Amino acid sequence: MTAHLPILMAIIPLLVGMAAPLLVLLSAPLARGVVLLAALATLGCSAATLIRVLDAGRAWHYYLAGWPPPWGIEYVIDPLSGVMTTLVSFFALAALIYAGPYLEARRALEKGTFYALFLLTVGGLMGMCVTGDLFNLFVFLEICSLAAYALIAAGGRRSLVAALRYLIIGSVAASMYLLGIGYLYVMTGSLNMADVATLLPPLLDSPAGILAVVLIAAGLAIKVALFPLHGWLPDTYSYTPAPVLGFIAAVMTKVSAYALYRIFYFVAEAAGPVSATLEVLGWLAAAGILFGSIMAIAQRDFWRMLAYSSVGQVAYIILGLAIGNSLALIGAVLHIISHAVVKGLLFFIAGSIKWQTGTRRIADFAGLARQMPLTMGIFLVAAMSMIGVPPLIGFFGKWYLVLGSIEAGAWGFVAVLIISTLLTAVYFFRVIERVYELDKLRPEIEYGSEAQGLPSETSETAGRPLRVRPGTGGRLELPATMLVPVILLGVSVILLGIYNELLVTNVIQYALPWRLP
Amino acid sequence: MNTEALLSNVPLLVVSVSAVAAGLILLLNRPGLSARRRNVRDLVGVVAALGKFALVLTMLPPVLAGGVVESAPLYIAKDIAFYFRVDAFGLLFALLSSSLWVIVSVYSLGYMRSLRYGHEAGFYAAFALSLSAAAGIAMAGNLLTFFVFFEILTIATYPLIVHRRNKEAVYGGREYMVYLLIAGQLLLIAVAWTHFLAPGVGFTPGGFLAETGASTLALQVLFVLFILGVGVKAAIIPLHGWLPTAMVAPTPVSALLHAVAVVKAGAFGVVRVTGFVFGPELLWALGAGLILACFAAVTIIFASLKALSENHLKRRIAYSTVSQLSYIVLGAALASPAALVGAMFHIVAHGYMKITLFMCAGAIYATAHKEYVSQLDGIGRKMPYTMGAFAVAALAITGMPFFAGFVSKWNLGVGAVEAGLPIFIAVLIGSAVLNVGYFFPVVFQAYFGRCLEPETHAVAAAAEPAVPAAATAHHNHPGGHAGQEGHEDQGEARPLMLYPLLVTAAAAFLFGVVPNFGMHFLELAEIAAREVTQGGLWSVGGGVSR
Repeated sequence: MTAHLPILMAIIPLLVGMAAPLLVLLSAPLARGVVLLAALATLGCSAATLIRVLDAGRAWHYYLAGWPPPWGIEYVIDPLSGVMTTLVSFFALAALIYAGPYLEARRALEKGTFYALFLLTVGGLMGMCVTGDLFNLFVFLEICSLAAYALIAAGGRRSLVAALRYLIIGSVAASMYLLGIGYLYVMTGSLNMADVATLLPPLLDSPAGILAVVLIAAGLAIKVALFPLHGWLPDTYSYTPAPVLGFIAAVMTKVSAYALYRIFYFVAEAAGPVSATLEVLGWLAAAGILFGSIMAIAQRDFWRMLAYSSVGQVAYIILGLAIGNSLALIGAVLHIISHAVVKGLLFFIAGSIKWQTGTRRIADFAGLARQMPLTMGIFLVAAMSMIGVPPLIGFFGKWYLVLGSIEAGAWGFVAVLIISTLLTAVYFFRVIERVYELDKLRPEIEYGSEAQGLPSETSETAGRPLRVRPGTGGRLELPATMLVPVILLGVSVILLGIYNELLVTNVIQYALPWRLP
Repeated sequence: MNTEALLSNVPLLVVSVSAVAAGLILLLNRPGLSARRRNVRDLVGVVAALGKFALVLTMLPPVLAGGVVESAPLYIAKDIAFYFRVDAFGLLFALLSSSLWVIVSVYSLGYMRSLRYGHEAGFYAAFALSLSAAAGIAMAGNLLTFFVFFEILTIATYPLIVHRRNKEAVYGGREYMVYLLIAGQLLLIAVAWTHFLAPGVGFTPGGFLAETGASTLALQVLFVLFILGVGVKAAIIPLHGWLPTAMVAPTPVSALLHAVAVVKAGAFGVVRVTGFVFGPELLWALGAGLILACFAAVTIIFASLKALSENHLKRRIAYSTVSQLSYIVLGAALASPAALVGAMFHIVAHGYMKITLFMCAGAIYATAHKEYVSQLDGIGRKMPYTMGAFAVAALAITGMPFFAGFVSKWNLGVGAVEAGLPIFIAVLIGSAVLNVGYFFPVVFQAYFGRCLEPETHAVAAAAEPAVPAAATAHHNHPGGHAGQEGHEDQGEARPLMLYPLLVTAAAAFLFGVVPNFGMHFLELAEIAAREVTQGGLWSVGGGVSR
């Protein structure tokens, strides 16, 4: 059994996903149990594989159906893909737990479709991470994208348009990627990554090679939502249901960034057309970081603000890839993890706010600190991590990126990183001021107790008064299944920050391309 | 100089004591808190302060014996450990901040209860966290550790500044964040760059950048980044803008910010950078010493002039802070042995003097609701002890012999001569004259001014167009305040406020007569200065070579 872990982690979600709609017809709790178990099993497989790979000190090559490469499909788990699969499966589990209250009131068909689509997305993403085959990567990319379009469309009328738009743009991206590997196949006669990696270097600096690199870069850049190809992202993120969004925002763009990293640094090498492309991507990323942050400041809707913040933050990863020395690559991989954790957490929190009070406009957030003190405390931690306050995880991603930029002498990028930090502070402090009611005018001195006058205060504020969801007036500020992932992620933001060095020296260290100078 | 390192977890404990206290305070807080539970909650802060002070004191003997206290390193980033290394200079700052925290925590109980702002739990928690950060800054063994606590301090003090939650407070808070976050980011570049030049090197007395072989231009740029990074907290002109604005915070915060935590962290950072990263020799070789000294001199004079024209009492004291902080910067820039002793001792002396002044201003505000200098006529007759303490602290700040300020100023003067730049003595004297000019009218007015009755006060307020409506509004306010335990007759301040400020005033005097009393501040400063300058004048040429 353990010999087949690499395929298990991709196949479990796919199979259970297909079975889920039928299981729901039998019994909804049973289906939920099986689905959660599947997610847990996936996480277990990923973690076990990662540990085994780290112990062995070399990558784990798994030949599908026993066909050796380059004829058969090969799955390769090295520390990098191990980290990615663990991240994806962890978020899948967290999102499924979080989704509990959302699904409760839904019809069986809706539940079944949700589970199926969600697990298909998970399976697709897992497959993208583990595969060692360029075409197989495309297949999984399509699996996860198609399932994700449908998931996004489930969010209501406006999300239909967003999903359609994403579908069109995403299909263009996938086609570009397919075309790119088509050229590679024509040049090398192989689709296996390791095989291509040995055959490609002498051939790369040709018109076909250049075209292949550019097409792959463009296709994946759309998927990553790299500025100016980010058009699909804000709408999509604004109208997706929260549990799905927490998952998608956390890992989907990251996995595409991972694919880009894999292809540019492991399959090809950072020379010739690749390094030229990376340079362009680097400047686009720098522009995207600033653009995303500025647009985030301009938003009134909390979800949309976070969406634009994502446009800025994923660009950090691309920036790290573009700089390309070992420190910057460490920074990029660490930022994949850190941004996944923090952005997933923030979207879970945004979803909780919407769930509890029915609002997502920042203007309506006054008084939330009193209503949901714990959630808002965790929000503070997440926001500080985004801004890059040490010793939280967000700081260290930036730290390595800054170190890498300094080492590369790329002072322009250093400036971009610094400015973006300040812009991030601006848009988060806007929310913090609102949540803690700092911008509400109070008389000079208030003679009275601390908890006075909540009802009158909320009616004074600009927006609608906060609605309190009936039936949750108990002791918890949120349903437990929503609160648990939020607390878990909040704690991990702090712990990952303090112990990031363990992560870097034990895992990320080995996730650097061997061809690095 | 070979120092003996003592491995110990005490530094870690010192930092965590107040952080844990912050957590406890938040946990103990519930919306409808009974008076008894509230007392328990408030007591947590005081107990933590005492415990922390005791812990810091235990590190005094080994450091006085010439050793350092180190904590086990925790690798927090690749190739960089997060660790504490308490040398004489760090201990000096740690002692200052922890001893003053005891006093301010008592004082803030009295203050916050007089002026019920609400949200006290958050206030005390942020307060404790700030002190944690200050201790971390003091004891940091390398730049990354220093930076981590520097940023935590920025974030932890923000809730304190916006505590009143009115428009002024929020704007002040925004300005504060803009200044300090930008500074923090510049410092981040500097720290990262230094790490790139000299991977993993901790603070070294006498500096370590000289050995890296980086080009002069690079080091100059690096120095500018460093000084911009720490100089904002140290309020060197033109980076001082946030400080007077931040005066909207409740007074214990101003006391904390301006005497203990934020600005001192900045001044401490300046000395750390010049003395322990660059080193005096490199500092002057880069030509940065003289420029920094000039900036400090301009700040000293200019801020004193601004203080003269300021009518709001707390803002006047704030400008005085701006001016006094640059004494420390000046000493760090001159970097001769005596100048360093003066600078380091001034961190302590100014801490005690300025905290007294702020606590007096706060006591006046909380008791008599007056915050403008022009309103203080005759207040000394109602609050003789408070104003007495104010007078003592003001005397000390001007550098009167037998007061704490004299010790540091004397050493700075000697240091200026040692460095071959006696011109800076003129700055010290000029500043002393200006100090007299802006503090003594207050004292004089308080004791000998006409005691204004409410009706004549209205006239005075009308004649004083600079007073915003908010200030005059206070005088309509006390009507709603009548139920407040009979403070209406504006007697002396509450004991909880009065005793702390009397203690610090006494200390400001005591450290002038016996600078080594209790905590051996002067001796610590001397040890640290000797380490930095390697026991003597680093430059042979004196003034000639410059």
